Amino acid sequence: MTESILFFLEVLVGGLLAGTMYSLVALGFVLIYKASATFNFAQGAMVFFAVLSFVAFMEYGMPFGVAFVAAVFLMIFVGMATERLVLRPLMNQSEDTVLMATIGLGFVLEGIAQAWHGVEVRKLSLGIGDFPIPWIADNLKLFISALDLTAGVVAIAMIIFLTLLFKYTKIGLGLRAVADDPGAASSIGIPLKHIMILVWATAGIVALVAGMMWGARAGVQFALIELALKALPVLIIGGFSSIPGAIIGGLVVGAVEKTLEVYIGPFFKGGIEAWAPYMLAIIFLLYRPQGLFGEKIIRRV
Amino acid sequence: MKPIFMRYTRNDIINAVILLTLGFFVIPNIIQTDYWYTSILLPWLALSVVALGQNIVMGFTGQLSLGAAGFMCAGAYACYNLMLRIQDMPFLGALVLSGLIAAGLGIIFGLPSLRIRGIYLMVATLASQFFIVWVIDKFGWFKNYDVSGSTTFQKIFINGVAFTSGKMMYLLALAIVVVITLLVINMARGSTGRNWMAVRDMDVAAESMGISLLKTKLQAFAINAFLCGLGGVLYCFMYLKSSEPFASFNISLSFKIMFMAIVGGLGTVSGAFIGAAFILLFPVVLNAIGNNLFHGLIDATIISSIEQVVFGGLIIILMIFEPLGFAKLWERLKQKVTRTKS
Repeated sequence: MTESILFFLEVLVGGLLAGTMYSLVALGFVLIYKASATFNFAQGAMVFFAVLSFVAFMEYGMPFGVAFVAAVFLMIFVGMATERLVLRPLMNQSEDTVLMATIGLGFVLEGIAQAWHGVEVRKLSLGIGDFPIPWIADNLKLFISALDLTAGVVAIAMIIFLTLLFKYTKIGLGLRAVADDPGAASSIGIPLKHIMILVWATAGIVALVAGMMWGARAGVQFALIELALKALPVLIIGGFSSIPGAIIGGLVVGAVEKTLEVYIGPFFKGGIEAWAPYMLAIIFLLYRPQGLFGEKIIRRV
Repeated sequence: MKPIFMRYTRNDIINAVILLTLGFFVIPNIIQTDYWYTSILLPWLALSVVALGQNIVMGFTGQLSLGAAGFMCAGAYACYNLMLRIQDMPFLGALVLSGLIAAGLGIIFGLPSLRIRGIYLMVATLASQFFIVWVIDKFGWFKNYDVSGSTTFQKIFINGVAFTSGKMMYLLALAIVVVITLLVINMARGSTGRNWMAVRDMDVAAESMGISLLKTKLQAFAINAFLCGLGGVLYCFMYLKSSEPFASFNISLSFKIMFMAIVGGLGTVSGAFIGAAFILLFPVVLNAIGNNLFHGLIDATIISSIEQVVFGGLIIILMIFEPLGFAKLWERLKQKVTRTKS
């Protein structure tokens, strides 16, 4: 009896922690949505681009820290280029148009990353093993991966930092003002351009961190993009405009897909993980379209 | 009584006659190599039908959807099973029935569109992509318990005539595509199409003018899925010949079809064909350039990466400068030419 409960707990905790990985991807998405009301479909591609560049920099012989800083600067540059080449020309266009443009942006980033660094699967070692932590395994009889735990801690730290940034700093206030009404914001002297670059660069750095976590687990490869797509149901469940929503959504998705996979999966030869998050998102959409923490969407004629 | 066919202008008829002669007489007489039929024209026709469906839901009705490959998969495997399990099932009958089965799925997965739009809807339609393909892959019945995991589709016979050579399959596919295109043009120009566009331009306003959102949106999703199903049958039976659900109907196929609709021109019928041709031919041309100009100095993977950059970049450029795609550009060019003439 206790064994099965322990096993359930283990599955649940594993799922919750794996869910924080989705949260990390979703976080970058929320950031951009909050600051510019743009759905950035390219966030998954940015994750791939960032981490692939990081790994390639290490292969060039840069030490870990230098490669990280170089990748950060690269993502800042990507943010600047995106603002100048994609977002600025599309100012005042409909939401759907900008969304489609970001789908295009995603393909451009994926293509550049692969043309530049090649397509082979790479290993990424962060010095944190993807195996159970002995202390917890001995004392609590729970097998929890060190990498999962690290990802969880990193996600929570980033979320606290970003929430504080949005709530209590002048930059955060500017970001919120721009999201609310870009025209009014720029008329009172908020530098729209800089705000956009700042947001996209921050989303890029978040993408880099998310990519490093994912890469350490599954290898740095193209399949990361499909994993990153799962950030979308996470967002729907958590709400597009809520930073805490991203983490709660990730936890929900992670826990649900893991438990379904472990307990029901064997009856269907597995693979439930591939669609469970989307089905969960549909159920949420039918009952609570704005997500758990999102603002209610009001549309006017 | 309402006329069954819309009135066509003289230009429409001239264009139609030119295209039909070209398709049914000129091409079969000029092109003799099988490669052109089996590797270019057949996938083009099949994917054009799918892109047309995508265009109805995305371009005409304004609902973002990213699940085309799922419905294609459903259509193809429905046709496979109909032919397998019902004796003397005629191919054309199975074709229409599989389209209807796909349409039924389209209505189910279109239901969320009644409450949500934009990226929310896109995520909901992604569910159809992953779920349908998963069901077909995991339940052996659909694949007739083939241990290899892949399915070889039946050869096509109609009234004892074999449609197995590239040219014969091309003629059959072309005939099917012509009928479908005519039907879609009729719908798009009639009240159905006007309702779609009203919903696209402002759904709340359309609803307050008495257009039923429920009916209009679900109709669009049903027709989209019907066309995807038909296209999927053509794609599998004529082009792929054998397939594995997960490998053949992955998310990148859905993206490709979405790109066809966008690049060709959202909300135009001709756009679906132009877009499909571009997305299919561009990689072929790029490969040829890579092989002939640089003699294999450029790696194939780099070429496919360049292709991705070009497609993505093109989408961005089109969104900025001409959201109506190539079809609109072509129209503008034509207008310029005729204006300078007169």
